[in-house]
Amino acid sequence: MAKLLFFGRLSDAAGRASETLALPKDACTAHELLNLIKSREPALGAALDHPSVRIAVNQRLASSRDVTLSDADEIAFLPPMSGG
Amino acid sequence: MVIVQAESFDAGAKINAFMQGRTDAGACVSFTGVVRDETQSARVAELALDHYPGFTEAALEKLVARARTQWSVGDILLIHRVGPMRPGDTIVLVAVAATHRDEAFEAARFLVDALKTDAPIWKKETAPDGSVRWIEPPAELSAQG
Repeated sequence: MAKLLFFGRLSDAAGRASETLALPKDACTAHELLNLIKSREPALGAALDHPSVRIAVNQRLASSRDVTLSDADEIAFLPPMSGG
Repeated sequence: MVIVQAESFDAGAKINAFMQGRTDAGACVSFTGVVRDETQSARVAELALDHYPGFTEAALEKLVARARTQWSVGDILLIHRVGPMRPGDTIVLVAVAATHRDEAFEAARFLVDALKTDAPIWKKETAPDGSVRWIEPPAELSAQG
């Protein structure tokens, strides 16, 4: 199971800060994961897929939605940061 | 040293402890950020900071390392609060020890500015009437000085 984390307004949009989820297949891309979420929760999927939202996989920022995900990954969705 | 914590802290006591026993530093420049009760003429009853444990600390460590590379300074202390806060609470402390004041001022200034743009922190303001808004650029970046 992959662990998803939602930060900032995305945790409000999701109604939760985290969840565990079975990826649609082995070695799926973030793009495919987003499509799965969109099929289940269209509003949340759209919020997560916004171009301003960055994705971190195992605490490292991914350069694109083509990043490959595997089942033990921690996948974080980061909206634009407010700063400290 | 970078510390991200939910507990409130006494900035003065932290600066004193940071400088305790130092005889090599001729200067300590510090910045204390305080939660304001108003941003963009909106009243703020509570400010809550969301962060990504591990990821946020690593990003702040990187900023501190950059400051130490760029300026000839000694130790740097950066304490950032997260979680719910009220107006008047100390939200952040940056303290830079250095041999000379110019380098200390510049490094501290860099860090405070960089925190505003590069810190992986998400702020939620709650107004006195209970309405909430997440602060994101290009809206006002912060509720602190």
